[in-house]
Amino acid sequence: MDAPVIDTRPIVAAGPKAPAHGIKVRTRDVSVFYGDKQALSDVSLDMADRAVTALIGPSGCGKSTFLRCLNRMNDTIQGARVEGVIELDGEDVNARAVDPVALRARVGMVFQRPNPFPKSIFENVAYGPRIHGLTTSKSELQDVVEQALRRAGLWDEVADRLDQSGSSLSGGQQQRLVIARAIAVDPEVILMDEPCSALDPIATARIEELIDELRQQYCIVIVTHSMAQAARVSQQTAFFHMGQIVEIGRTDELFTNPKEQRTLDYITGRFG
Amino acid sequence: MFGLVLICLAVFSAATYGLARRKVLQAAHGSGTRPHSRPKYHGAHAALWAAIPALLVLVGLAVAAPRIITAVTWADLPAAAPSVEPFRSQFQYDAEAIAAGSIPSAVAYSADQRAALAAHADRISALSGMLRLGGLVAVGLAALMGGLYAWSRARPDYRARNAVERWVGGLLFATSAIAVLTTLGIVLSLVWESLRFFQTVSPLEFLTGTHWSPQIAIRADQVGSSGGFGAVPLFVGTFLIMGIAMLTAAPIGLMAAIYLAEYASAFQRAWIKPLLEVLAGIPTVVYGFFAALTVGPAFRAGFNRLGEYLLGGPLNDLGLYLMGVQNQMALVAGVVMGIMLIPFVSSLSDDIINAVPQSLRDGSYAMGATQSETIKRVVLPAALPGVAGAMLLAASRAIGETMIVTMAAGLQARITANPLDSVTTVTVQIVTLLTGDQEFDSPKTLSAFGLGLTLFVVTLILNIVALRIVQHYREQYD
Repeated sequence: MDAPVIDTRPIVAAGPKAPAHGIKVRTRDVSVFYGDKQALSDVSLDMADRAVTALIGPSGCGKSTFLRCLNRMNDTIQGARVEGVIELDGEDVNARAVDPVALRARVGMVFQRPNPFPKSIFENVAYGPRIHGLTTSKSELQDVVEQALRRAGLWDEVADRLDQSGSSLSGGQQQRLVIARAIAVDPEVILMDEPCSALDPIATARIEELIDELRQQYCIVIVTHSMAQAARVSQQTAFFHMGQIVEIGRTDELFTNPKEQRTLDYITGRFG
Repeated sequence: MFGLVLICLAVFSAATYGLARRKVLQAAHGSGTRPHSRPKYHGAHAALWAAIPALLVLVGLAVAAPRIITAVTWADLPAAAPSVEPFRSQFQYDAEAIAAGSIPSAVAYSADQRAALAAHADRISALSGMLRLGGLVAVGLAALMGGLYAWSRARPDYRARNAVERWVGGLLFATSAIAVLTTLGIVLSLVWESLRFFQTVSPLEFLTGTHWSPQIAIRADQVGSSGGFGAVPLFVGTFLIMGIAMLTAAPIGLMAAIYLAEYASAFQRAWIKPLLEVLAGIPTVVYGFFAALTVGPAFRAGFNRLGEYLLGGPLNDLGLYLMGVQNQMALVAGVVMGIMLIPFVSSLSDDIINAVPQSLRDGSYAMGATQSETIKRVVLPAALPGVAGAMLLAASRAIGETMIVTMAAGLQARITANPLDSVTTVTVQIVTLLTGDQEFDSPKTLSAFGLGLTLFVVTLILNIVALRIVQHYREQYD
């Protein structure tokens, strides 16, 4: 693989909502194939630390595929092939030396439908610390679980029933439980694949608030169908269409003053 | 005769099909209206009415006729007939046999009895001829009336499709009723015969007694005249063999299922799964002689060799015991039965593991878990209730399995937990009790029904528990 072409354009323009931190995840010319079918072609996108990057676009445009490249979840799909450069803190995640298991501990992921394990609430959150051996004592583990649940804004609701099954919670609570599970291993990046698509508006608002709080500490990449949601929670937005990026820009600019006709058509509801 | 009637009915029914269909078509054409149902439904409606009532009459008569004949002629047996049972009944049977044209029994009748027998047989055949003629008329009448009724209904505005669909619905109900009623009949006969058994042997003795020797001597001074109906040794043997079978089948089957569901490539899966299922297609009697002729001698030779090796050492007594081990032992039957159950366990568990949603695996992988951590900590716990259900189903099959234990476990009813002992099971005892000539009023034969009923209750409970667990698990993810 050739050295990536360095893109010197400022991807995120300066402004009041602009991220003050550097680039966390950098991708260049990423293409993904499922067997013979190309799902993504030549996507280059930089994602800033301590900011939310939203990926929008119609169904099947490749935004979830792109998201799954970032923690190499495509490895678990037979016949999937990824080309191009994906760097986390300047380190190629697809390099031979990188263990996808270790990578995924640094890049957490939240899925479309809440998927708590069939275990208690406590065990769900303790899962990551346990498998990675992050804690040495039971009290330390309890602290980690409590911290994660607090940061996910779920502690007050579940503190007195930690031993109940994770699936006994409501959909919105389950999704926050899953987020707590992801942050319990203290990742650097959190990927969210349409995290609110199975939730009602109140639960959605609660998750969006949470995303905004988590932004203080993490690099967050969120795939969403809802343009309103992208506008509410993100600082940077990338518009995907037909497996390619059409436009990248600061969220407020992209939604008020898109440069591409296709972006305008999409955000004004002419297709998608 | 019967066949000819059936053919005539079929022809008549086909003719009414055509006639009714044409009548409706013509009427619809004449009045310019569209018939409510397609013409073929009118035809089918007429054909059903022509055939089914007549068939019911035919079957009813075929069942009832011999009983009517026996009832009528039994009432006026000739005076010369033997007056004591069972010869009086035998006389009637022989007369019926002669009337039907078959050979009577070899009972030596006196001359006037023989004459009376011939006369009685003539009376029976005359009566059956009359009945046959009457039956023929009745069947014909039923067909004609049914056909005429349907013919009168064959008008364009008649809702023939709905009527035909009711008939088909009735037919489907009848077929499902056959299965249910047969099961009910089997259970009732089991209960009935068991009740007769429990009149001679108390249920308490049967369920708690530890001595099983169902041979009751005719005379009191014969060997083994006591007779014992304590079923505990049989159930101990059954559960011992089931335990060994499950110890074999559960780990192998479950691990095979994990491999198939989680690790195997699509290509390997496509080959291994059918091959495993070939195991399930082997008749149990083949497993039986495999156990009796191959595994049994091999195990015995192995244990005898080990015994020789231990002789003279600190384990001298154990060595002596091992040298005396015989072919027939619980271990052989259990291990072979376990092999038989492997495909059963693995294919059920494979389905259950596959039913664990991919989102759970994704969630675990996204946490940075390895594949084995994901399987151990997420997939298997999620599949556990279903796998437990699969194991219970396999166990209930092991309890009911007969051929392997008959051939490899032996016949000695004893209470032991030693897998090298020869034991016997409930199913083996049922087989030995009911093969060959049996009198159906001795407790020895009837005890088979007692055993059958108890076994039925045990496996039924196991199955209900297992299905409950499996169902509960299914609901969780749908």
